Amino acid sequence: MSKVRVLAGTRKGAFILTADGKRDKWDVSGPHFAGWEMYHMKGSPADPNRIYASQTSGWFGQIIQRSDDGGKTWHQPGTPPGDAAKPPEMPKGESNKFAYDTSPETGKPLTTHQWYDGTQHPWEFKRVWHLEPSLTDPNTVYAGVEDAALFRSTDGGETWKELSGLRGHGTGPKWQPGAGGMCLHTILLDPKDPKRIYIAISAAGAFRTDDGGNSWKPINRGLRSQYIPDPNAEIGHCVHHVAMHKARPNVLYMQKHWDVMRSDDAGDNWREVSGNLPTDFGFVIDVHAHDPETIYVVPIKSDSEHYVHEGKLRVFRSKSGGNEWEALTKGLPQSNCYVNVLRDAMAVDSLDKCGIYFGTTGGQVYASADAGDSWAPIVRDLPAVLSVEVQTLP
Amino acid sequence: MIRVVLPPHLRTLAHVGSEVTVEVEGQATLRLVLDELEARYPMLRGTIRDHVTLQRRPFLRFFACEQDLSHDSPDAPLPDAIVSGKEPLIVLGAIAGG
Repeated sequence: MSKVRVLAGTRKGAFILTADGKRDKWDVSGPHFAGWEMYHMKGSPADPNRIYASQTSGWFGQIIQRSDDGGKTWHQPGTPPGDAAKPPEMPKGESNKFAYDTSPETGKPLTTHQWYDGTQHPWEFKRVWHLEPSLTDPNTVYAGVEDAALFRSTDGGETWKELSGLRGHGTGPKWQPGAGGMCLHTILLDPKDPKRIYIAISAAGAFRTDDGGNSWKPINRGLRSQYIPDPNAEIGHCVHHVAMHKARPNVLYMQKHWDVMRSDDAGDNWREVSGNLPTDFGFVIDVHAHDPETIYVVPIKSDSEHYVHEGKLRVFRSKSGGNEWEALTKGLPQSNCYVNVLRDAMAVDSLDKCGIYFGTTGGQVYASADAGDSWAPIVRDLPAVLSVEVQTLP
Repeated sequence: MIRVVLPPHLRTLAHVGSEVTVEVEGQATLRLVLDELEARYPMLRGTIRDHVTLQRRPFLRFFACEQDLSHDSPDAPLPDAIVSGKEPLIVLGAIAGG
């Protein structure tokens, strides 16, 4: 029977939740990396036992962790667990090193972006927000970092190299941090075109490469943001998350700061599909595993009140690719609930029926084994959930 | 032999107890001690000082012999009591956060 493995990153450690295909009885493992902020964990589609994790701390900086056994054991790539290094096989300890490319050939060298007060500010590495393993190679993985840049490792996370064409394509000096920092939080790999990658940055917008990461262009036409000087600007939109269905990678769905958006031409043009949502502010957005027109969001009251509307935790589902939305409430608290669901904290499995998972800032991880019709908490009292991913296992 | 006391999270990362020892050739300085510490425990690279700039992380401090060495030159000689092993060099995390 198939199994699912849910990877939950929280403010104070990581948790791994496993169940069989019925998805009604769960084993909980953790906390892994107790006390650390776990921004993201994600398994390799090419090797489900390979999981990458971003472990970070305001005190101690960024750590990359890797498991080769489905999350049972972890190590820093290239660094043996446990013992002190012994020459001559001294490991380099490079797996935590994210150095911006400032070479004249590729980095150009781009050194500043726009700061909150409008002045230019140096690029400073802070943390990895998102890890996106290659669809085909377990040793290739992309990292979206703050301050915003895209890195790639082709040796299982041992070393990282910036794809500096993104920062250097021309608009970089206009990027500026959102309230959560200037983070590259979304990485979508096109399953039909290995040279096409989409990324998104707060607060710059969405970008696309069609040549494997060498050159990039903004894809923000149609986005409208009232809070920036030119609401229709090419750059400066606070994109919160973007989602795609693997069978139809030209169609993108976006939860912007305000507005739920859709593109049918690989991001070249966007149109709003917020429709009858009670509020169109939010962070997460995801797509049903088997129906590219069925999408999910969790609306949040506003940008100044980061919790669900009317004290009700409601997932909204559209079966028409947006505009017409239905509230999914069965099993979710419908009074006195004031949690948020952060941008990387929703995932779908590929079982039939499709499972939907999300985590809240109140520490609950909810699961639906029927595509959202009904929900139940897997766990209720974790630290604030930063990210949720799920692996469907044979 | 120089004794170094690490904060709990770094002990977990390096799989060591509260105190480790390093050997430094020549005049011992903070830079040389950290170089040796990171060579022996490469999983700590980037956690005490920035990977690229080698600047001390803002929320960490270096204490020794009841003195705060955090703002001293990393190339200044360490106190004799540290060099002799009588007193440990303490890497301390700021008490902050939740």
